[in-house]
Amino acid sequence: MIRSELIQKIADENPHLYQRDVERIVNTIFEEITTAMARGDRVELRGFGAFSVKKRDARVGRNPRTGEAVEVEEKHVPFFKTGKLLRDRLNGKE
Amino acid sequence: MSQKTLTRMDLSEAVFREVGLSRNDSAELVEDVLAHISDALVRGEQVKISSFGTFSVRDKAARIGRNPKTGEEVPINPRRVLTFRPSHLMKDRVAAGNSK
Repeated sequence: MIRSELIQKIADENPHLYQRDVERIVNTIFEEITTAMARGDRVELRGFGAFSVKKRDARVGRNPRTGEAVEVEEKHVPFFKTGKLLRDRLNGKE
Repeated sequence: MSQKTLTRMDLSEAVFREVGLSRNDSAELVEDVLAHISDALVRGEQVKISSFGTFSVRDKAARIGRNPKTGEEVPINPRRVLTFRPSHLMKDRVAAGNSK
């Protein structure tokens, strides 16, 4: 399923809404999650999962082609942990 | 970094501000979006949200694990796990927003 299919499903279930509003709604949800993580915040969606930011320490990496050592700076990466309910559903436990 | 935790309520508040729906309808739509994503994943589908990221389901084989405290061997059953791969855009924004 891709973004446009998700929007279509929500639009089909909500015939009273304009398609362009459904688009804005869906986009707002994803945008809000990304913006929160860019601020360093967590987004916890019980039953679904939690988005958080993890810090990766600076390290000395290696260019795999040349074998040359390169400094890699500290950085922050997005992380998602699946919620218990969804994890159970994926494994056939409702 | 003073870290905050957002919940469904914050997402529906954002929808409410953005699209003039009632707070109730906004909350319901947030729920619907999460439910559709979950249902697709439970069906085994991949969910690909451009410029956000991709959720995919992977099958893990059975293996023998070990209780790290007691050293006791425990069988781990085959299971399905969900992985989320953030898009480049998300990675860049999260890296830029948190760099000092």
